[in-house]
Amino acid sequence: MSEALKNKNRQYKHGFVTEIEQETFPKGLNESIIRQISARKNEPPFLLDFRLKAYNWWKAQPHPNWAALDIPPIDFDEISYFSAPKSVLDGPKSLDEVDPELLRTFDRLGVPLHERERLAGVAVDAVFDSVSVGTTHSEMLEEHGIIFCSFSEAAQKHPELIQKYLGRVVPPTDNFYAALNSAVFSDGSFVYVPKGVKCPIDLSTYFRINASNTGQFERTLIIAEEGASVSYVEGCTAPMRDNNQLHAAIVELLALDDASIKYSTVQNWYGGDEEGRGGIYNFVIKRGRCEGQRSHISWTQVEAGSAITWKYPSVILKGNDSVGEFYSVALTNNRMQADTGTKMVHIGKNTRSTIVSKGISCEESRNSYRGLVRISPGAENARNFSQCDSMLVGDTSSANTFPYLEVHNPTAIIEHEATTSRISDDQLFYLQSRGLDAEGAVSLLVNGFCKEVFKTLPLEFSVEAVKLLEMKLEHSVG
Amino acid sequence: MSILKIEGLCARVVDGPDILKGIDLAVEEGQIHAVMGPNGSGKSTLARVLAGHPDYEVTRGKVLYHHDGEWLDLTEMEPHERATAGVFMAFQYPVEIPGVSNLHFLQTAFNAQCRAQGIPELDAFEFRELVAEKQKLIEMDASYLDREVNLDFSGGEKKRNEILQMAILNPRLALLDETDSGLDVDSLRIVAEGVQKLQTPRNAMLLITHYQRMLRYITPDVVHVLADGRILRTGDHTLAEEVENRGYEWVRQP
Ligand SMILES: Nc1ncnc2c1ncn2[C@@H]1O[C@H](COP(=O)(O)OP(=O)(O)OP(=O)(O)O)[C@@H](O)[C@H]1O
Ligand SMILES: [Mg+2]
Repeated sequence: MSEALKNKNRQYKHGFVTEIEQETFPKGLNESIIRQISARKNEPPFLLDFRLKAYNWWKAQPHPNWAALDIPPIDFDEISYFSAPKSVLDGPKSLDEVDPELLRTFDRLGVPLHERERLAGVAVDAVFDSVSVGTTHSEMLEEHGIIFCSFSEAAQKHPELIQKYLGRVVPPTDNFYAALNSAVFSDGSFVYVPKGVKCPIDLSTYFRINASNTGQFERTLIIAEEGASVSYVEGCTAPMRDNNQLHAAIVELLALDDASIKYSTVQNWYGGDEEGRGGIYNFVIKRGRCEGQRSHISWTQVEAGSAITWKYPSVILKGNDSVGEFYSVALTNNRMQADTGTKMVHIGKNTRSTIVSKGISCEESRNSYRGLVRISPGAENARNFSQCDSMLVGDTSSANTFPYLEVHNPTAIIEHEATTSRISDDQLFYLQSRGLDAEGAVSLLVNGFCKEVFKTLPLEFSVEAVKLLEMKLEHSVG
Repeated sequence: MSILKIEGLCARVVDGPDILKGIDLAVEEGQIHAVMGPNGSGKSTLARVLAGHPDYEVTRGKVLYHHDGEWLDLTEMEPHERATAGVFMAFQYPVEIPGVSNLHFLQTAFNAQCRAQGIPELDAFEFRELVAEKQKLIEMDASYLDREVNLDFSGGEKKRNEILQMAILNPRLALLDETDSGLDVDSLRIVAEGVQKLQTPRNAMLLITHYQRMLRYITPDVVHVLADGRILRTGDHTLAEEVENRGYEWVRQP
């Protein structure tokens, strides 16, 4: 990384590189690479099969281009599909055996893994490039019958669950990136909460990209059985580099009768510099399926990083009386682009969904909300409420809203509100006249704008989210 | 000792004609000055220029503010620097800040000023105590603290909220722009008495008002009558009575 780049991006505190010996596969994507990934992870044969099928479908697909995004052509043969610290390669060990350099890295990121310092109310799975480094609190969770481990570990220890549920919510042939991820996915988390169990602490995964020219293909699967409930949080960062890197993830959630899953993301991948050089391409498929009656899936996302963010955490409301929620804050600055939103697909009767989206665009960034609400013919008495607000900071940024509605049942009640605003000079002056500097004033206004979303985050993460936005805005004002 | 010296101040909306056309005004510590004048005469403009509103530019003259033993040129300072140096303006039309609770806003402002002045900030607990004490001064109900700043406040409640901010920030120079308008009789008395209690020998106030109503509770040391961007008359509190009895036309007569 150039010295100039380093200086310009002081505000990105997570931009350091961990010096550690890694094994990285040669660049390029072909069957042999996929077989090697699967072999490296000691996967059961059905998974290799799953990967190869996805790969063969993917090969024939064109790159999608329907989003309001400028995506430079991606050469999938210029990416390495697997990279892991040598010390972790023999599979996840107990935390005492983890390379101290890796522990230090996660310490620096504010995610201590060691027994002594780790966060009390949160269990953490720490993923470094393509592998999980370790998972905290797993014994305690086991006592409740909850499985929380890396996806790779689950593939070995609980193959029957993986085989049963993998790809059920997001089939490998769903779209281009679904197939790519299904072919080459690296690591992520697996959560299984059995019948009637309320997970006593928050679960979280911290994703770290370290290696350069490597893609990260997260795969996460969360299952809540009848009456179970769980709150899961995801965080992510990467070093500052001049080139772009791909993070193409799939997250699948499945909620059975009366189950509830709350999934929160605080995304702070490196977003590139002022000229738009570098940064992560964050192309993510997140989908939840409210399979059971009265089940509940709630997405909250705070998207504050990445050169390009392209994701629509969605809920399929299959069970009668099920509830889907999407709360989003997307902040873009410099030349970042975001095209994000949600899909709420109402299938069951009396299903309800809520969408609250807050987009903030600064400098020359572009920020679009794209959302679909579909009411299927059988979805009697479905209800949706959507609120999409955009805030422009400065006058070179842009914001768009693309709400799509497909209503096939006349009993549906749908409300949609949208606003676009600029921070008014009078508001700024009012706050400044009370002693806040311009940055403090904008950040208070933005936090007020995002309040409805922040209050859905678990407390400690909402504090983090507020700080994160403050840090991002510091350099976008004045 | 002097706290504020305005000399030949002319100001306009950026690129417009002058609204203030040569204001001279000197305020001493411990004094209360009343500024009266017809609609559109430039009273709010004067307050906003002193507080640093970005819509206005000073085309001539000086605004000197005595702070920590030296004279500062206010016009060269950012609005927040003026605030942390002890200048406070109660707005004629207070601004709404959606999504931000009144308490959080007050604490953020208070702590920003503590930081700027190099004194320790208060934690949430200590701050609540301070607020509770100041609220009594203007008999404001605690429920306003959890509401969003000025959102759906009645006109009178907004004015009270301005004075609550003043009580908490404890300014050295307070500019009150028509704090008395929009208040019913009882509120007027409570707010005026509150303001009076905030007066000390070390601070000073500029009360902008149309009426004598507020001046019945707070006796100004000096009264100025502003018309068409100029101070036409200056006198003691009897000038306010005279204006009330005879109208502004009388002031305009040579
Ligand atoms: N931001 C602005 N843009 C355009 N014109 C302005 C602006 N501010 C003040 N003016 C004009 O300057 C003049 C003085 O306005 P100002 O608000 O200072 O009057 P005022 O004495 O406070 O009146 P009132 O008693 O009605 O509050 C008016 O003619 C007003 O229209
Ligand atoms: Mg006025």
